[in-house]
Amino acid sequence: MSAAILHGSAEGGLRQRLRFGPLWLAAPGIAFLAVFFIYPVLRLLGLSVQDADTGAWTGDHYARIVDTGVYFRVLMGTFRIAGLTALFSLLLGYPLAYWLAQLPERRRGAMVLAVMIPFWTSYLVKTFAWMVILGRNGVINGILSAGGLPAPEMLHNEFGVMVGMVHAMLPLAVLTMLPVMTGIDRRLVQAAETLGAAPGHAFWLVYFQLSLPGVAAAGLLTFISSLGFFIVPALLGGPQQTMLAQLIITQIQEMLNWAFAGALATFMLTAALVTCWVYDRVFGLSTLSGEGARRKTGGGGMRKAGQRILSALAALTAAAVRVTAPVLGERGRDRLPAVYSTLVLVFLVAPAVVVVPIAFTSSPFLDFPPPGYSLKWFEVYFGSDLWLGATLRSFGVAFATAILATLVAGLAALALARSTSRWRGAIFALFLAPMIVPRIVIAVGLFYLFAQIGLVATDLGLIIGHTVLALPFAFVAIAAVVKGHDWRLDQAAATLGANRVQTLMRVTVPLIRGGLVAAFLFAFITSFDELTVAIFVSGGVKTTLPKQMWDDMILQLNPTLASVSVVVFVIVMALLLIAERLRRSGR
Amino acid sequence: MSPSHGTAPPACKLLVDGLTKSYGSVVALQPTRLEVPAGEFLTLLGPSGSGKTTLLQMICGLVEPNGGRILIDGRDETRTPVHKRDIGLVFQHYALFPHLTVAENIGFPLRMRGVAASDLDRRVRDALDMVHLGHLGDRFPKELSGGQQQRVALARCFVYQPSVILMDEPLGALDKKLREHMQYEIKRLHRETGATIIYVTHDQEEALAMSDRICLMNHARIEQIGTPHDIYARPKTAFAADFIGVSNIFRGRIQQDEGGAPILVTGGGRFRLSAATAASGQGEASLIVRPEQLDLDGEGDNEVSGEVVDTVYAGSETRVLVALGDQSTITVRLRRGMSPPPLGDRVAVRWRSDAGVLVS
Repeated sequence: MSAAILHGSAEGGLRQRLRFGPLWLAAPGIAFLAVFFIYPVLRLLGLSVQDADTGAWTGDHYARIVDTGVYFRVLMGTFRIAGLTALFSLLLGYPLAYWLAQLPERRRGAMVLAVMIPFWTSYLVKTFAWMVILGRNGVINGILSAGGLPAPEMLHNEFGVMVGMVHAMLPLAVLTMLPVMTGIDRRLVQAAETLGAAPGHAFWLVYFQLSLPGVAAAGLLTFISSLGFFIVPALLGGPQQTMLAQLIITQIQEMLNWAFAGALATFMLTAALVTCWVYDRVFGLSTLSGEGARRKTGGGGMRKAGQRILSALAALTAAAVRVTAPVLGERGRDRLPAVYSTLVLVFLVAPAVVVVPIAFTSSPFLDFPPPGYSLKWFEVYFGSDLWLGATLRSFGVAFATAILATLVAGLAALALARSTSRWRGAIFALFLAPMIVPRIVIAVGLFYLFAQIGLVATDLGLIIGHTVLALPFAFVAIAAVVKGHDWRLDQAAATLGANRVQTLMRVTVPLIRGGLVAAFLFAFITSFDELTVAIFVSGGVKTTLPKQMWDDMILQLNPTLASVSVVVFVIVMALLLIAERLRRSGR
Repeated sequence: MSPSHGTAPPACKLLVDGLTKSYGSVVALQPTRLEVPAGEFLTLLGPSGSGKTTLLQMICGLVEPNGGRILIDGRDETRTPVHKRDIGLVFQHYALFPHLTVAENIGFPLRMRGVAASDLDRRVRDALDMVHLGHLGDRFPKELSGGQQQRVALARCFVYQPSVILMDEPLGALDKKLREHMQYEIKRLHRETGATIIYVTHDQEEALAMSDRICLMNHARIEQIGTPHDIYARPKTAFAADFIGVSNIFRGRIQQDEGGAPILVTGGGRFRLSAATAASGQGEASLIVRPEQLDLDGEGDNEVSGEVVDTVYAGSETRVLVALGDQSTITVRLRRGMSPPPLGDRVAVRWRSDAGVLVS
């Protein structure tokens, strides 16, 4: 780290070595993550191979998972649901991302917001909405029975889980693919066409291949996120759809079986890491996309096979176009993407829209449309010490989390921006890791640690836990802005007589302000919505808003939940719009 | 080969007939007619916004015209989709596929045409050899230098022998030295393959050096079309004279002197015109005189005088800038062996009455 170069200056010797090297700015973040992320996760994994009483090494817990039919079924079911979720998110999301990418920039911004809103909407709010829509007396069945049609069971089965999961993951898939697609040079598609490629061929052989890194990244992120899900399967699924995270929660909360929970967490973490590894290696995407000139050892055959598959798809597309052309006509064909994308956007936004009228219902039930309107459920909410206390606690914790995360992530992003150190990649990965490691694993690990050091049921414990989870988002937001920062301006400030602190405060920080504010708000929202850590760490009366919602949703659905959802939704949307505004003006 | 229904004779490879394009109220190309014989190297030259790129993109089918026709070998191709048109386009930024190797890039158009694998490999190899990149087939484009990437783009275009090859400022991204080298390479490929090439550039030196004919464009229409020598020696408009090479322009009115001989009366003096020169204009006109037609303190029956304000040494020649009384400045090429006059010197600049061109 002593070799880090400051401001490109060529001062050598002792002074350089003693100087406050920029990589040190990342030290607080590294230390924080080491204590509250790496250690707890490793400790949990350690517990899984220890005998609870004697502390001796044992593989019993793993044997129990594999041998016990129920647990093994849950394990396989989890992979199945996560895999299907990733698959459908990609299939539904790719055309939408494609359509968004080719919109003119200003219109795209507005449309992307329609994806951002469900992305940042609380999982609890979204799931609550689906319960209302898919329930036995829900919106869809209401429409069907009004039309004299039989009302199918859509909740507490695999259909309900898949709808909820795909709805939850689709925005992530689209937002991951979109930057890759907007980065593709459309002239390459034109070039392919001038070289004789029909539109279908040009798409599959050029555009699609270039978009593959985004597709793979989206598949990776949606799969890993789905692995750790428990809100959707618990509320929309039945016993058959129980997922690993639910099992872990039960083991901790009801059985206090740390070792077995650790073993389950190990399975989940391993699956996540193996997926990452597969993404990096077996897909060989960096070769396919021509990114790195990775030696073509072994990848050659894979690449050839891939090309052949894509050629076949291109031929299929050409055939499909021939068949559908007379039906659709030229205008129909041109409009198809917009029509499709609008439908998917409606699917994304609809649940939030449905919740709003129910919040104002006069009925004690979740009828849709409401038989009459009143404000009584908001009165219940604002009149309840429990709800208000939870809301205030969530605000306080989120505020503290946002400050802490922005500070730590900001320093780290500044440190890494200009570093040429060989540690750079590893530190970068460390700050993103809390996004890859399933939340439930982090939460259970922290619970164990906090239990030992007396941080359970404290606000500080919540703040620490939420900061771990919020760091990647804050880090990405700041790093994106810092990457575009013109460091010559800092050099200019230095030549004009500013010292390093003055330069930082008067030049650098004002210029990256947009990223800092966005980081603050994203961290705030992450904490404000957070449930996994809260389930374990916030105990008794010291509950947070999401935890209180969760408890209510498990016990009994009621319109108060709708009014709480509306409040949460409005707060999060306001923050999101502010962040978006600032991000744009910051450019 | 011979068209049964087209209006163009077989020797005409490409015929653009009344082609026009506008975006809203902005006219990108006024109705334009252009004939390109087989094997010709034609350059579309003009400042940015002159319509040359629009014309090119309509020929290859990336932009749809509002009116007019495009005939290739006598076949009407106006509505043919891009991928079915038998044209080749070399893009300004090469547009090499980053996910394909050099050989795969070059093989791409052949694969699209269903060329058999064995034949494909051979033709790709030949194309690579043709641009002297035989050893780089397995590399990815980003591993190559700019000049090498340009060669790949050329090979990818020549490999399938399209009827017409279009090049959109292909050398714009290269530095001067490399650009000159690639100009020579493109000329060589043109000679070796006999391809019909339409080349877009805004660099007049490049146009003069490479073209069989130059199509000079300005304000969304063709200003003048002819061989490089034609356009340089006999510009039809002041714009053409000004855009190609260095020109001294004297604006005035054609009259007759006491003896009945034609003269140009300008603010800076009265200039004699030879009968041949005067024949190409009447009334208001501009006299175009090239720097090499002017002589410092030399021979000639026309004369202006002024003050030396600058001398520009350009290696092979030296130019002297002379400020005239009416605030204008003219450029004179210094005679070989003559030493440049000191700044501030008053000099007489002379030229013969049959030098220069009159444009209206």
